[in-house]
Amino acid sequence: MKVLMSGNEAIARGAYEAGVRFAAAYPGTPSTEILEEFCKYDGVYAEWSPNEKVAVEVAIGAALAGEKALAVMKHVGVNVAADPIFTVSYTGTNGSLVIVSADDPSLHSSQNEQDNRNYARFAKIPMLEPADAQEAKEYIKLAFEISEKFDTPVFLRSTTRVSHSKAVVTLSEPRKHEDKTGFTYNADKYVMVPINARTQRVEVEKRQQALKHFAETFGENKMEINNLDVGIITAGMPYNYAKEVFPDYSYLKLGMVYPLPEKLIRDFASKVKKIYVIEELDPFLEEQIKAMGIKVIGKEIFPYTNEFDPGIIKNAIEKNTQMPVSPYKETLSPRPPNLCPGCPHRGLFYALGKSKAYVHGDIGCYTLSYMKPLEGLHSCICMGASIGMAHGMSKALKEKGKGKVVGVIGDSTFLHSGITPLLNMAYNNSDALIIILDNSTTAMTGMQEHPGTGYTLMGKEAKKVNLKVLVSALGIENIKVIDPLDLKATRSAIKGELAKDGPSVIIAERPCALFKRANIKAKPALIVNPDKCEGCKACLGLNCPPISWKKGIIKEGSKRKGISYIDETLCNGCGLCEQVCKFGAIS
Amino acid sequence: MIDSKVKSILFAGVGGQGILRASDIICMAMMEAGFDVKKSEVHGMAQRGGCVTSHVRYGTKVYSPLAESGSIETLVSFEKMEALRYLKFLTKDASIILNTEEIYPPAVNMGEATYPYDAICFLKNHYPNVIAFNAAELAQKAGNIKAANVVLLGALSNLMNVEKSVWESVIKKSFPKKLVKLNLDAFQMGIAA
Repeated sequence: MKVLMSGNEAIARGAYEAGVRFAAAYPGTPSTEILEEFCKYDGVYAEWSPNEKVAVEVAIGAALAGEKALAVMKHVGVNVAADPIFTVSYTGTNGSLVIVSADDPSLHSSQNEQDNRNYARFAKIPMLEPADAQEAKEYIKLAFEISEKFDTPVFLRSTTRVSHSKAVVTLSEPRKHEDKTGFTYNADKYVMVPINARTQRVEVEKRQQALKHFAETFGENKMEINNLDVGIITAGMPYNYAKEVFPDYSYLKLGMVYPLPEKLIRDFASKVKKIYVIEELDPFLEEQIKAMGIKVIGKEIFPYTNEFDPGIIKNAIEKNTQMPVSPYKETLSPRPPNLCPGCPHRGLFYALGKSKAYVHGDIGCYTLSYMKPLEGLHSCICMGASIGMAHGMSKALKEKGKGKVVGVIGDSTFLHSGITPLLNMAYNNSDALIIILDNSTTAMTGMQEHPGTGYTLMGKEAKKVNLKVLVSALGIENIKVIDPLDLKATRSAIKGELAKDGPSVIIAERPCALFKRANIKAKPALIVNPDKCEGCKACLGLNCPPISWKKGIIKEGSKRKGISYIDETLCNGCGLCEQVCKFGAIS
Repeated sequence: MIDSKVKSILFAGVGGQGILRASDIICMAMMEAGFDVKKSEVHGMAQRGGCVTSHVRYGTKVYSPLAESGSIETLVSFEKMEALRYLKFLTKDASIILNTEEIYPPAVNMGEATYPYDAICFLKNHYPNVIAFNAAELAQKAGNIKAANVVLLGALSNLMNVEKSVWESVIKKSFPKKLVKLNLDAFQMGIAA
């Protein structure tokens, strides 16, 4: 049967067809839909773990019990999970273990553009890279076969363009899940103390050699011999871009990007006159091929940054200076993403922006509040970083920083990697203020459950962590719970907690405006009374999508040059603008 | 007879307008009509009121889900000014289906930037086939403003050589039962627009 599927849906389907029934992940664009799809299949166990490190450890445990286990994350999630990944490479997997890394060339929804193929080489773990949804479905199956055969974890690398493109996929009959679980006792292999790890270290090199040998005949490392003037070595999505613009050249398409098939590459190189290596981001293939002593053209003509498209490849090779241009020459106003109408973050960041504090941000929708006019936060590095950074800055600034350093973090992010740094703040007596933005869900990636929501990925009711009790147990004594849409209370809590000695935590509780389960009854839309509006633009400072400015509506006896207007089809009645209006013009 | 040349359609608009759903529907229709199909889309940040685009490509064998600049034959813009943003992707004689609805970006809302109200005029002066109408109003007539995306698909179907029965079958599969009639009506309004 043929169906239209995204790369992510296809990975989920492929895992199911391969007989995989166990998966763990933490959501992150562009990987999130893989587990959301996988958990719908019959007889599977799938969980959102609190972070990627836990997800990998859960999968390792299942593999050690004999399962076929899948762990899924976005590229930066592999950083979080790197510790167990590097050592499970030594122990091997017993059952099988595949780690999906969804990379994000062009940073569509990420804080960096790291090329996770480097992890394969670094951790000595084989990596497959599909070019479209059909291949994604087949490659995840092959990844499990390789894992089983070589007793190794295997990476499957996707990119945003593979994960989020749809293509026609032919479904196969799912393989029956065989229960091979049980206890395997082999302490020499699974207890990584130095003496055992040294032995396993040698085993890893033996496996590397075996995998290199395997790569030479691996069916997805494919040569397509055509016009012999030009040969293209490529992998993943760039293969499609290249085929689109140069259908007649010869190709070596590598389905396995690590380890490389040296003999096959030499064979290809001997057939063609000139070779281009086409790969997004790092010269990962290129440097290894050059190290084999083969002359290739790569990053001297192709960009290091951003994803490719057919035009980029064509123009790099043909040096065509006539790039298509738009006939429209005026500048178009951009549409930066914005917090939704009724978003609880808006109230908090409006108050923070006015507080003159230095605010360390974290990963979530609220990062958007760094932009004008809210300008509510001043740094953002990675998941969980806001707390450690706020503490470090406050310690470094000493008296200068007193009452001026804040870290903000979402509920899902706090449970991902905020607990340890908050424990540190209590332990090392920090002076910073941490605000946990508890919107009852993982909003940015599309409403995923987490340990604070009371539900699991599979939709079962679950233990719901009590943030206040947790924060208190870490040793934080100053804890305040507020509603971030109550501006007066929010301002006063921020001011009050910043003034206190020692660490403080404010929990800003209000469900995400889009969160269906919260059953938020939209209040009636607010309207601007044109007789009362003085045109001061204070409400525009909220950057709320329904509020706009109508120029030229003047009033006798007033200096106003226009008035504010609220689009009632967009307004959800949250009431923030009513609170910032000094003239009582909004109700 | 299937035309072997790969054809490309660009869908563009603003987060929340049903662009990805519309591009899914057309992919399913082209698949049922016997073509190979690929489409690209961007999730995540773009959903928060930002620009959303989707490339749809079909032919006997499609490699890239992204089209080359200067090669797209059809643009379906869900918003007036968004059409102007992607003209470098179009062929010189591209067809443009334009929802004349205006959604102001934040800087326009703040009074700091102007909106290109003359977009239709500009497009008509530069492209041979511009079909402009208010899809939201038509969708409202069909029963729900949210069906504007299907109205636009109806207009697009006039440019494509696909049996009406294929469209109907795909629309039936794409919506819950109680919304099928509404969307079939919306599709018909697009055909007549």
